[in-house]
Amino acid sequence: MQVQVKLFAFFREGRFIKEDRELANGTTAGEVVDSLDIDREEVGVLMLNSKHCQFETILQDGDVYAIFPVIGGG
Amino acid sequence: MADMIFRVNMSDLSTTLEDVPADWAGHGGRGLTSTIIAAEVPPTCHPLGPNNKLVIAPGLLSGTAAANSGRISCGAKSPLTGTIKESNAGGTSAQALAKMGCKALIIEGEPKDDTWYTLRLTSEGVTIEKEEELIGKGNFAVVDALEKRNTESIGVISIGQCGEMQMASANISIKDPDSHFRSCGRGGLGAVMGSKKIKAIALDAGDNKVEIADIDAFRAANKIFAKALVDHPVSQALGTYGSNVLVNIINESGGFPTRNFTQGQYEDHEQISGETMHDIIVERGGKPKHGCHKGCVIQCSQIYNDAKGKYKTSGMEYESIWGLGADCTVNNLDDIAEMDSIMDDIGIDSIETAVAFAVAMDGGLLDFGDANEMIRILRDEIGKGTPLGRVIGSGAGNVGRTYGVTRVPVVKNQGIPAYDPRAIKGIGITYATSTQGADHTMGYTIATEILAVGGKADPLSKEGQVELSRNLQIATAAIDSTGMCLFIAFAALDDGACLPALIDMLNARFGIALTADDVTNLGMSILKTEHAFNLAAGFTNKDDRLPEFFSLEPIPPHNAVWDFTDDEIDTFWDF
Repeated sequence: MQVQVKLFAFFREGRFIKEDRELANGTTAGEVVDSLDIDREEVGVLMLNSKHCQFETILQDGDVYAIFPVIGGG
Repeated sequence: MADMIFRVNMSDLSTTLEDVPADWAGHGGRGLTSTIIAAEVPPTCHPLGPNNKLVIAPGLLSGTAAANSGRISCGAKSPLTGTIKESNAGGTSAQALAKMGCKALIIEGEPKDDTWYTLRLTSEGVTIEKEEELIGKGNFAVVDALEKRNTESIGVISIGQCGEMQMASANISIKDPDSHFRSCGRGGLGAVMGSKKIKAIALDAGDNKVEIADIDAFRAANKIFAKALVDHPVSQALGTYGSNVLVNIINESGGFPTRNFTQGQYEDHEQISGETMHDIIVERGGKPKHGCHKGCVIQCSQIYNDAKGKYKTSGMEYESIWGLGADCTVNNLDDIAEMDSIMDDIGIDSIETAVAFAVAMDGGLLDFGDANEMIRILRDEIGKGTPLGRVIGSGAGNVGRTYGVTRVPVVKNQGIPAYDPRAIKGIGITYATSTQGADHTMGYTIATEILAVGGKADPLSKEGQVELSRNLQIATAAIDSTGMCLFIAFAALDDGACLPALIDMLNARFGIALTADDVTNLGMSILKTEHAFNLAAGFTNKDDRLPEFFSLEPIPPHNAVWDFTDDEIDTFWDF
C-alpha cells in the first residue's frame, strides 16, 4: 500500500519534507517512525489524515501521515 | 526603597507618588492593571473619554534576574471591545519600571486642548513635557529621538500615528533591546494613550535595582526554573523556528483559518511556514534566535533580513504571519515582513488588522492575495488616517459593518486569531468567554488540543473543553501577573519542577509564603474582577458567543461547525 509521509521541523534534517512510501499492509504509525530512525521520545504529535493518531495506529492505503517533534508557540 | 504608584493627571498636568495600597501589594502585571481599573474606572465610561485610565505595570518578578520575566502589562477599558483589557509585551520597559520602583503608572484625565506631551519617568517620579517634534511620526523615529534626548539605554513606550488618531486597533509599542518594537497589540490601547495626548513615555531607571528579600533562595529557585525552560523541547523549537513553527501543524490539523475563515487549510502553507522562514533568515545572514528582553532563555524572536541582507523586521509571530498570510492568502514572507515592519512603525495590532483586511477582501474592497494593495493601504491610508484607513484601522468588526459582510470573525468586536474554533473547539470556548474578546493567549487550549503538551484533548470533540479553557484561563491570569512570558507555560505544564520554582522565586522576592493554591486563587480572583467590570459595563452572557456563521458554515477538511449550546458555554463561569 502507498502512504504519504510528511515530516516537520528538525525531523526534516537529513530526511525529507514529503514522500510517498510503499508500506506493507498492517504497518503501524510507530513502525514508520522507527524506520526513519526517529527516536519515539522526540515525537510530539502524529496526525493521520489531519487527525491525531497513536504509535499503534495501523495505516491504510492512501493515508496522509504527518510526524511532528515536540513543538509549541502561540 | 518601597515600590510606589506613579500617578499622572493629564487634565491638570499634575503628578504624584503614592504609597501602594495594601489591597494592591500582592498584585503585579495584569492582576494589578485589572484591579486598578476595576477600582477606579467607571465601567460605562467612554474608553476615549476623560474617565478612562491607562495603567501600565511591570510583573511581580520584572526587573529581577528571573528568566523570562520581562513582560509589561498595559490595561484600560478597551475602545475596541468595550471590556476591561490587558495587553502585555516584552521589551525593556517592564525591567526599567520595576527597577525605578514603579509598581504601576496610572494615567488619568485628558488635556482640554490639542497639546501633546511626552512623559519622563525616573525613580524620583514623573515629569510631563510638551511634545511637538514627534507628533505625526512613527515609532522608529520616536525611539531614535528619545535616545538622542536621553541615552541609548532609555526605555520607551510609544504610539505611532494610529494611536494619535485614536484608531480602535492602535497598539502601544515597547522598545526592545535593539531599539525595535514589541507590541501591546490587542484591544486598541494605543488609542487610549492617544486620547490622553501622550505620544511617548521615556523610562530612565538609572542604577537602581530591584530588592530581593532572600537573594540566595531566589537564585536557587531561578536556576531550577531556567533549567526547566531551557530543557523543554518546545523552548528549543521556539528558538529555532519561532512561534511560526505552528503554521504547518495547525494547517495539518485542519484548523488553520484561510481566506477569511472559509477553509481550514492553506495550499501555500509551506511558503509561510516556520521551517521556510528559518531557512530564509539563515540564508540572508539574519538571526533565527533572538530575545525580546534581557534574561529570556527561550529566544523565540528573530531578525529577518530582506533579500539584500538588510534588516527588515523582528519578532514576527505566528498569528501575524497566519493573518497576513493564510487569512488574506498572501504566500510571500517578504511581503508579510514588509507589512509587519510598517505596522510596527505606525503602531497598529497585526492580528486585528490582518483579520480586518481579510474581511475587507471578502467584502470586495480588495482582492485576496493582493499584498501590494495591502502594503499601500497600510502606508498611505491607515498610516495617514484617510477615511478608508480609519475604517480598516478600527478593526475587523468595523470593516464588516461598513461593507455589509456577514462572515466577520470577532468576539466582543475583537478579531479571532489563527485557530479555527470549529475544528479546534476548546479555543472557541476561550474566544467566547475571555473577559477581553477573542484572544488565544487568554486560555491557550491549543497546547492540549493540538500540541499534546499538558495532556491531550480531541480538538473536534466538545468533551472537557469548557473545563480545559477555564483551567487555562485561571492559570494564565496568574502567569500574566508575574511578568513571565506565557511561553513558560509549556515547561510548567510538563515539568513538575517549573511551577514550584516560580512560586519560590515570588516568595524569595517579597519574603512571603505563597502556595500553589494561592496562585490558583489569584488567577480566579483576577478573572472574576474582570468579569464583574464587564457585567457592570453592560455585557451579559449573550455576549459570550461566537458569530453565527461558525454554526452555519462547515469548515473543510473536517467540515466541522461550532456546536456548543449557550448553556454549555455559560457553565464556564461556574467557579
